[in-house]
Amino acid sequence: MTSRIGTSLPDQVARMEKADVARRSRYRMKDTHITLSHGSGGKASHHLIEGLLIPILANPVLDGLGDSAIISPNGNGSGRLAFTTDTYVVSPLFFPGGDIGCLAVHGTLNDLAMSGARPLCLSVGLILEEGLLVEVLERVTQSIADAARSAGVAIVTGDTKVVERGKADQLFVNTSGIGLVPDGADLLPERIQTGDRVLISGTVADHGMAVMLAREALDMEADISSDTAALHELVDTVLAAAPNTRMFRDPTRGGVATSLNEIAGRAACCIRVDEDAVPVKPAVRGACELLGIDPLHIANEGKLLAVIPAAEAHAALAAMHGHELGRDAAIIGEVVPEPVGMVVLNTGIGGSRVLDMLVGDPLPRIC
Amino acid sequence: MSMRYVDEYRDAASIRRLIDELQRMVGGRSYQFMEVCGGHTHAIYRHGLEQLLPAGIDLVHGPGCPVCVIPMGRIDDAISIARTPDVTFTTFGDMMRVPSSTGSLLDAKAQGADVRFVYSPLDALKLARDNPHRRIVFFAVGFETTAPSTAATLLRARAEGIENFSVFCNHVTIIPAIKAILDSPDMRLDGFIGPGHVSTIIGLHPFEFIPRSYGKPVVVAGFEPTDVMQSILMLVRQLTRGAAEVENQYARVVRAEGNTKALEILTTTMQLRPYFEWRGLGFISQSALSIREEFAAWDAERIFDVPGVRVTDPKACQCGEVLKGVIKPWQCKVFGTTCTPETPIGTCMVSPEGACAAYYNYGRHALMQGAAESAGAGTPK
Repeated sequence: MTSRIGTSLPDQVARMEKADVARRSRYRMKDTHITLSHGSGGKASHHLIEGLLIPILANPVLDGLGDSAIISPNGNGSGRLAFTTDTYVVSPLFFPGGDIGCLAVHGTLNDLAMSGARPLCLSVGLILEEGLLVEVLERVTQSIADAARSAGVAIVTGDTKVVERGKADQLFVNTSGIGLVPDGADLLPERIQTGDRVLISGTVADHGMAVMLAREALDMEADISSDTAALHELVDTVLAAAPNTRMFRDPTRGGVATSLNEIAGRAACCIRVDEDAVPVKPAVRGACELLGIDPLHIANEGKLLAVIPAAEAHAALAAMHGHELGRDAAIIGEVVPEPVGMVVLNTGIGGSRVLDMLVGDPLPRIC
Repeated sequence: MSMRYVDEYRDAASIRRLIDELQRMVGGRSYQFMEVCGGHTHAIYRHGLEQLLPAGIDLVHGPGCPVCVIPMGRIDDAISIARTPDVTFTTFGDMMRVPSSTGSLLDAKAQGADVRFVYSPLDALKLARDNPHRRIVFFAVGFETTAPSTAATLLRARAEGIENFSVFCNHVTIIPAIKAILDSPDMRLDGFIGPGHVSTIIGLHPFEFIPRSYGKPVVVAGFEPTDVMQSILMLVRQLTRGAAEVENQYARVVRAEGNTKALEILTTTMQLRPYFEWRGLGFISQSALSIREEFAAWDAERIFDVPGVRVTDPKACQCGEVLKGVIKPWQCKVFGTTCTPETPIGTCMVSPEGACAAYYNYGRHALMQGAAESAGAGTPK
């Protein structure tokens, strides 16, 4: 017989602690090829970014890993700029509730907004595949223009490249944005304290499920559309009601679960989430249930997570409810000290479990 | 789509009532039950059920996770087919990350193989119809639950005369695996939570040998928290009154005779293999399905020259013992350190229904909390 670890509780706990040390160890890029998992926004993406890109490109601003880089041209903390970039490769280009154009504008505006910045201007870079219908490009460009206009931001510079057929999938869009950070605004996970509340501005998983269902392979009829929207006004509304808001995060790829894990890791705290408190549209929940996917792992494009001191949480919630994009907002969790770096979900039936980051793509179970 | 149907089975108050009754029934005794199906394992962890159970109830996670029981050599074969130049290889998402001796299908895709994930074999057949110049292969895995849809797809392919479509058949049957576990010398189980989805196809009768020949009760169960709790209660009740029979907790879906239509198309298209290798359980006779001679034109195993080599599992991997319930996931030497859901060594760590992945994702916390409480440290609620 090979030696076997004992079955006692202390043995089991020792084993788990070992697994947790391994789990919290630095991200390392061990793969030899890029796989689709590296693009999912979950753990593999972290290995790619923190295990390969950051070490090579290292500098103090980049190492902050915020949604936007905060740069201080005056060097004195006033007139700070937020700068961010994002690339969009969504398929299909058009989906219920939006398209790649407005998505590209909203996504970058939201990255700026999460640092509390007021957006100043955007750039747009287009990679076009040979054979793309001009009509499609026109529709997407119009959508970019409409989204920027309604957010009160101009597209001030751009670039286009055309690649051979098969070297891209119709149309890829990159947008970058610059915003002005109000003096005194300092939204960082490091400011989070025990007892703070976690708020979500509305129903989760709408965007990811809308796109997933719009994909060719999935013949499922459901009334689900993307939530893509620009969040900077909602951020202003919340900050006015809750000036001590610790931080915002938009839970895009990897969903609420991945964002909360990132927050818990950076803030060195534990976040407890009540499963029943998380708003999910019935149709979205039904589709997730059918596909065996957790809505907390699905992307959102018009929702924000806010961590707010308990004393201001209800004012913030009321402010969200008063805004068009925050009608379904809810307090979903609380910051507790232990176990550090983890997100724990209180399940609807009174149990609890670890809510981990997304691993791989959110693929359906098969039986 | 309405969720009211499901919410009804996730009500905290009814769960509480079931637990209280279970607690009374169990008293100071202890029982070890196996939930055969991976869907149950997933439900148990996802809802945090295990920590709500009385201390005397120990759940062992069975072999009913289709991804977990596929031996490494079959993944090697799949990758070999996928690398054939004019082939588009289609698979359920879970299988993408299962390691072979030379990486996973996801790796093969990154290196140039045309691998796509589909939600059903009919999606693969559609690909074949739309891409007449590619050879579309569907990687069929799963128990009696998924086998009928593969069978229906084969029938459709033949009816429509689609020649560029084939199936790499790895369907397995649950009964021989349960029998292998019952015959294992390590067996210490007191009863089985029967697989609800499989039973909708095969019905209740195939389980009757378990009480008859082995004297163990079986309760076929649904997948919601109240279903699982109630089925455990039904098992304990049987044992308390000294009975051993097959009971149906999932009567809202499962009929005693099963789905005769599905069984009929299975018999038309597939036949039992003399034997098949199961990950960790070894070769089990008459435990898997192959495609019948009449459908040879759609049988990837006959069309493609697969290596068909038996690959031994990595030495460190103890998936076999986990699948038999001999050890708990956390007792495996590589659990959580070198074997994690991102870089799985064994199959049990790949699928969300695998015992190790379920335990890694959901179970650990409950344990830590239990340990903290028993040490008097307490955890914030």
